Amino acid sequence: MASKFHLQVIAPDKILLDEEVEKVIVRSTSGDIAILHDHIPMVAPLSIGQMTIINDGNKREAAVASGFVHIDLEKTVIMADAAEWPEEIDVDRAKQAKARAEDRLKNNYEKMDRIRAEIALHKALNRINVVEKKK
Amino acid sequence: MAGLGMRDIKRRIKSVNSTKQITKAMELVSSAKLRKAKENLEKTRPYFNLIGETINEIIASTKGVKHDYITPRKVEKTGYIVITADRGLCGGYNSNVIKKAVVHMEEKERVSIIAVGTKGRDYFKKRQYDLDGEFQSPSDNPTYNFAHNIGELSRELYKQKLVDEVYLVYTEFFSTISYKPRAIKLLPLEVNEETVVKEREERMTYEPSPEAVLDYLIPKYVDSMIYGAIVEAATSEHGATRVAMESATDNAEEMIDSLKLQYNRARQASITQEIAEIVGGAEALK
Repeated sequence: MASKFHLQVIAPDKILLDEEVEKVIVRSTSGDIAILHDHIPMVAPLSIGQMTIINDGNKREAAVASGFVHIDLEKTVIMADAAEWPEEIDVDRAKQAKARAEDRLKNNYEKMDRIRAEIALHKALNRINVVEKKK
Repeated sequence: MAGLGMRDIKRRIKSVNSTKQITKAMELVSSAKLRKAKENLEKTRPYFNLIGETINEIIASTKGVKHDYITPRKVEKTGYIVITADRGLCGGYNSNVIKKAVVHMEEKERVSIIAVGTKGRDYFKKRQYDLDGEFQSPSDNPTYNFAHNIGELSRELYKQKLVDEVYLVYTEFFSTISYKPRAIKLLPLEVNEETVVKEREERMTYEPSPEAVLDYLIPKYVDSMIYGAIVEAATSEHGATRVAMESATDNAEEMIDSLKLQYNRARQASITQEIAEIVGGAEALK
């Protein structure tokens, strides 16, 4: 059995996960990183993407909307702005958000609004992807 | 007693009673809200604490890194984010926060305020303070997004050197009957002296660079501190409202009791008087 490490996934409104895991893959701003037991201490910001947790051969996925990961000797903490399991995601809401963001991008708004809309679109797509993968 | 007839007393009992019904209803509403707010608080506290810890640790271990949000500069103007409620009827809740803020401001040369909650806004506006922004209190449903907006505004002010430091004044929740106003420094970030830098064999790595990490982390830290403060303040507000309404209800009950006693005495007195008149009349006929 692979050795495990302690992983906490925390969002402002809840604790998504707090247990021993074998491996976790997260998307940092500079690319995907996989974290195993005894990783060097590191801090990295996360971008919008999926998080894959592997434990005893089981794979679980969650949607993470930016945040950062703090890897330390005794535990690894992922602090996300928002984190959800697929079953928690409100697909209709994500689809609405997607439509809204696309609409905003089509009609030329100011630069700030466009950036915002892009982020919103990204988040919505990420959520939809996670749910669809699960099916 | 003499001035008050039975009818007057009855009318007063009725009016106190209807006030009591209102305060009782408000008490029930706020205790339901308090319960919800408390649950929310419990869920957010771990995040809130952890982000503070992490930031402290990172800053402590990246000494020497120059960053706008860390390096203190000469203070000419101080920004305050003061979190109050939108409504009164919550005992000393609002005035305590405001008092704390005002006392804190005394040591500063020039201040400007971002008021969250109409009570605080009205207070500072009336006294001609500089207001950089005003928000309604989101105490019924605090969202991270709301905190982000306030954070954005305060960072913008700081970046443009309109303010040289930022404090956050809010009410910390301990229990339903205990909450304390508190002022903390948001910007520039200060390393908490208590955190001991852990001796480690391996140095912390920052991807892609310490500056980039701090660029990302500090705004996040500010937002989450504000979010945490809003949640704490909301919980305290509901707690304060509950306690205030509870004592109002108790007072109303006490008042009704004493009015009832008065009423019964008046009634008894009038009966006694009537009997005395009849007896007196009968006596006279003999």
